[in-house]
Amino acid sequence: MNYKVALVFCGSLAFASLAFATPATDAEFAEFKKQGATKFSAEQGKQNWTREVASPEGDKRSCTTCHDADLTKPGKHAKTKKVIDPMAPSVNPERFTDQKKIEKWFKRNCEWTWGRECTAQEKGDFLKFLTGAN
Amino acid sequence: MTLNKTKVAALLGLSLLLGSASAMAEDDFWSWLGTFSHTAGVAPVKNKQYNEECGSCHFAYQPGLLPAQSWEKLLTPAALHNHFGEVADLDKDTLDAIRDYALANSADKSYYKLSRKINTATEGVEAPLRITDVSVIKRKHHSIPEKMIKDNKDVKSLSYCNACHTKAEQGVFKEDTVSIPNYPDY
Repeated sequence: MNYKVALVFCGSLAFASLAFATPATDAEFAEFKKQGATKFSAEQGKQNWTREVASPEGDKRSCTTCHDADLTKPGKHAKTKKVIDPMAPSVNPERFTDQKKIEKWFKRNCEWTWGRECTAQEKGDFLKFLTGAN
Repeated sequence: MTLNKTKVAALLGLSLLLGSASAMAEDDFWSWLGTFSHTAGVAPVKNKQYNEECGSCHFAYQPGLLPAQSWEKLLTPAALHNHFGEVADLDKDTLDAIRDYALANSADKSYYKLSRKINTATEGVEAPLRITDVSVIKRKHHSIPEKMIKDNKDVKSLSYCNACHTKAEQGVFKEDTVSIPNYPDY
């Protein structure tokens, strides 16, 4: 019995170590906390990922306008139709390895999609959701 | 005397060559000189950062497709904040690098044939923001029916160069490299 418990414990440890983290994501989370964000929620990030906001041009936009709802699948730029590589680091290990790049795309994409920059809390929730995707 | 004349001519020729080379964008003159078969289109992009920054959203249009005045208008912080309806902000260092590359290789500074034509077509008119607004580009596509471009689900617009120009990335736009999706026999 004890043996089994230990096994399950080890298994869950191994699983937990699969959660994706890079120096870039560590630095991002630290920065968001410095800006006043507290606990980061993958669940909240997931909800925000599909949240639709009306644009000044009259269309409705969400992250999934260009990225796929399934993070392991590629997306497509709404206007140029250029393929966007999957967001999930499990299938695209290059994701979230460059802090400057993460910030660049948060800034651009939050503004295009929601018409404003995202807060530190929102960015943290997104990052938690995206890095946990398998 | 004849020897001197030959010498003078040779020196003159050499200095002309060197002079025009230094007036051109860096090493491009020499690669242009060495590769005659490529001179028909525009110079391919040789800057990784330019390719990455521009190419992450759309075909990385070569600087030689527009004159410097156009790039000057397009590549400012304000212009990029509303880049044909998209938010394409770049940090200052990146924007400076992209802009420098575009300006150093713009149509007015290139020997490539298509760039020369584009330069001629945009001289004396207000610098266009869109490559598709350049008269010579419009004229070249004029005879292609709308159903093959605008109403073609795999093309949609003249803006997607590489939808039909199979060697667009190399700066080659010759007719025999064109393949229009869904119209194999055109």
